[in-house]
Amino acid sequence: MEKIKIDIQELDLFFDKKQVLKNVSLHIPAGKITAIIGPSGCGKSTLLRSLNRMHDLNPQARLSGKIMLDELNILHGNTNVVHLRRRIGMVFQKPNPFPKSIAENVSYGLKINGLHDKKKLAEAVENSLRAAALWDEVKDDLDKSALDLSGGQQQRLCIARAVAVEPEVILMDEPCSALDPISTAKVEELMLELKKKYTLVIVTHNMQQAQRVSDFTAFMYLGELIEVGETRQIFQKPQHDLTKNYVEGHFG
Amino acid sequence: MNQRLFWDKFFEKVFKGTAWVAVLTLVGIFLMLLINSARAFETISFAEFFSGTAWNPAAYGEATYGIGAMLFSTLLVTIGAMLIAVPLGIGAAAFLSEVASPRTRNILKPAIEMLAAVPSVVIGFLGIVLVAPALAKIFDLPHGLNALNGSILLAIMALPTLISVTEDAIHAVPQHYKEASYALGANRWETLLRVTLPSCTSGILVAIMLGLGRALGETMTVLMATGNATAMPNGFFDSVRTITATVAIEMGEVPFGTPHYFSLFACALVLFLITLLVNIAAERVAAGYRRKGQ
Ligand SMILES: Nc1ncnc2c1ncn2[C@@H]1O[C@H](COP(=O)(O)OP(=O)(O)OP(=O)(O)O)[C@@H](O)[C@H]1O
Ligand SMILES: [Mg+2]
Repeated sequence: MEKIKIDIQELDLFFDKKQVLKNVSLHIPAGKITAIIGPSGCGKSTLLRSLNRMHDLNPQARLSGKIMLDELNILHGNTNVVHLRRRIGMVFQKPNPFPKSIAENVSYGLKINGLHDKKKLAEAVENSLRAAALWDEVKDDLDKSALDLSGGQQQRLCIARAVAVEPEVILMDEPCSALDPISTAKVEELMLELKKKYTLVIVTHNMQQAQRVSDFTAFMYLGELIEVGETRQIFQKPQHDLTKNYVEGHFG
Repeated sequence: MNQRLFWDKFFEKVFKGTAWVAVLTLVGIFLMLLINSARAFETISFAEFFSGTAWNPAAYGEATYGIGAMLFSTLLVTIGAMLIAVPLGIGAAAFLSEVASPRTRNILKPAIEMLAAVPSVVIGFLGIVLVAPALAKIFDLPHGLNALNGSILLAIMALPTLISVTEDAIHAVPQHYKEASYALGANRWETLLRVTLPSCTSGILVAIMLGLGRALGETMTVLMATGNATAMPNGFFDSVRTITATVAIEMGEVPFGTPHYFSLFACALVLFLITLLVNIAAERVAAGYRRKGQ
């Protein structure tokens, strides 16, 4: 049996009066890539953003249920959100580097956590950029604006930025949807590499991508988790008709 | 020609005309100041005008035309005003856009903008009856009609624009910058200081520039509240008289065509050049930040 990194139990989520997640229970195994798939609007991003409490910023969002990160009760009021987000990093759909230099982007998370030692920061910047397979392309331009990078490079920079604080889990919300095929291939390769150290949860609309990179796949529909299992099984022998229709491309 | 095309052309001409009138007015003002100022320097030496600190053009016998003290007073009062207004303004703008609930914001923002509608003579009045006595009391001075009083009042006058424009700039910072910061474990305060504000530097600079322009050019308030002393001030607790106040006071009574008359144009020209410089500088810095990408 796999070690479970995140345990989602009976999660409900409302935006104001609208229920967006309905009784979702899901195990995220440690050291694996779990893909969340499903038609647009079914609540994939919402589920992902529950894991690092991004909904805290939205006063309309109400959550109930339980999410455990190892022994930490994520949704509990006493949970330190800053510590939580350090353990669970996030990469967004649209590459969103800060309008700062490349090095500053990577060191941002470390600086706000109180690391100011120049040498250590420089080391962390290099290591993180290497981990994101970006070092060779940018090593001479660390002081240049991150906004001058290509979209694919920006997304890998965002991955480096997330990796820099050494999280345990990295959430990626359609990280390749704004990228060309070559950049996409690089990011996918990177995901497989990152899996050795981190637990990954990715949202994707790309069925091929889910099959290429993920170990487990969860299929969502209208706020409910319909089916979850090993990726191969979900795509080849789905138990549920909805899943079958979706992975075969009949809707979505 | 069909009718729509006619109106299209018509308005294009009207707006083009308006733009040109604005440009020509600016050039006209500049030339008017320049020509009259040139006449001043037929009798007054550059050295005396710029390095002299005694402004005494109406003196019997030896008239002196040094704008040093007035120039310094203008800068003193203006910089003082900015030192007060900029941190307060940015803080208030940050509060409005990042902390206040939408309801609070919708009440406060128009109210603050309304403050800009208070006539400057009323602010000057408040300076005399309210701020001056308070300053005298707090700092144990004979009276409170001094540079600090002017700075405080100018800060109040610059704040509405400063807050409003800064708030717009902060509000325009894309949500995804902030989300990225929060996702890395930053709190609201760190996100504001390290991501949001740096991302809208050019907008904030424009806001500061507008405030600075307002403070530099303001006449009535400083004329009323700063004590009207032409001597070189030693600090914020001394009475001063700014360039604007001098021109306003003396222009009405000066005999036409005298060196004194022309010297007032030179004063106005100096002021004009300073404001122009501030505008150009701010524009360049802002353009630099825009290039870096926002
Ligand atoms: N901040 C919000 N306030 C109100 N409703 C929201 C909010 N965010 C999302 N929703 C709604 O919640 C539902 C789920 O949205 P979510 O973004 O999680 O879908 P998704 O599965 O990620 O879709 P996509 O594949 O298009 O990204 C949608 O109906 C959406 O309109
Ligand atoms: Mg989504």
